[in-house]
Amino acid sequence: MSVANVSDCRPKTVRLRYFALLREQAKRDNEVRATTARTCAELYFELQKEYSFPLPLSQMKVAVNEEFVGPERPLQAGDEVVFIPPVAGG
Amino acid sequence: MKICQFSLSAEPLSPVLLSRALSDTAAGAFVSFEGWVRNHNRGKTVVALEYEVYQALALKEGERIVAEAIAKFGLIGAGACHRYGLLGLGEIAVWVGATAPHRCQAFAGAAYIIDEIKHRLPIWKKEYYATGSTAWVHCSEHSH
Repeated sequence: MSVANVSDCRPKTVRLRYFALLREQAKRDNEVRATTARTCAELYFELQKEYSFPLPLSQMKVAVNEEFVGPERPLQAGDEVVFIPPVAGG
Repeated sequence: MKICQFSLSAEPLSPVLLSRALSDTAAGAFVSFEGWVRNHNRGKTVVALEYEVYQALALKEGERIVAEAIAKFGLIGAGACHRYGLLGLGEIAVWVGATAPHRCQAFAGAAYIIDEIKHRLPIWKKEYYATGSTAWVHCSEHSH
């Protein structure tokens, strides 16, 4: 196994913010979490198990460090991650 | 310098002030749109709305939407402002304004901005019903 893969498996600390439906379901508006998830998608599956989020990842958008990203974006220590449930402006 | 403004407000919106910021003697047309808090949705009586917003990303995305409309339709200027927090019936939830040399561009630009806001802005709407219950709604669930 390469050095890069080994470091991928170590827990890294990320910050999460929750809004709307997810905030109510998680019963918090933010948390600092140590995770072994390698991507945003893996992190969402981890959170789904813990908080029973009913919405599938396919209905969510993802933002990291205040920009939209794809769900397969690799997680890095210190990232601020927001899962965005379906929106309703106007 | 084209005017391209997007803002979020916890206070009631003032269409007079918002439209004044777009005044330009090169404009032959100004189109504005106001989204109002309606007393019903999907057969239920609505008594209030609450908007929750991811401010940092909403400001960026809102500015991108307004800039896209200016580039796409050759607008002279455009702006939009979205309320957040608790709103009563009849209040303005969102304001959009677009100026252009001619009306077609201004109509199209304003329509583009409100359509994109509904689908892309990270803002969520909770409806408060006369029955005492509440629900988060999203744009695919109700008619525009």
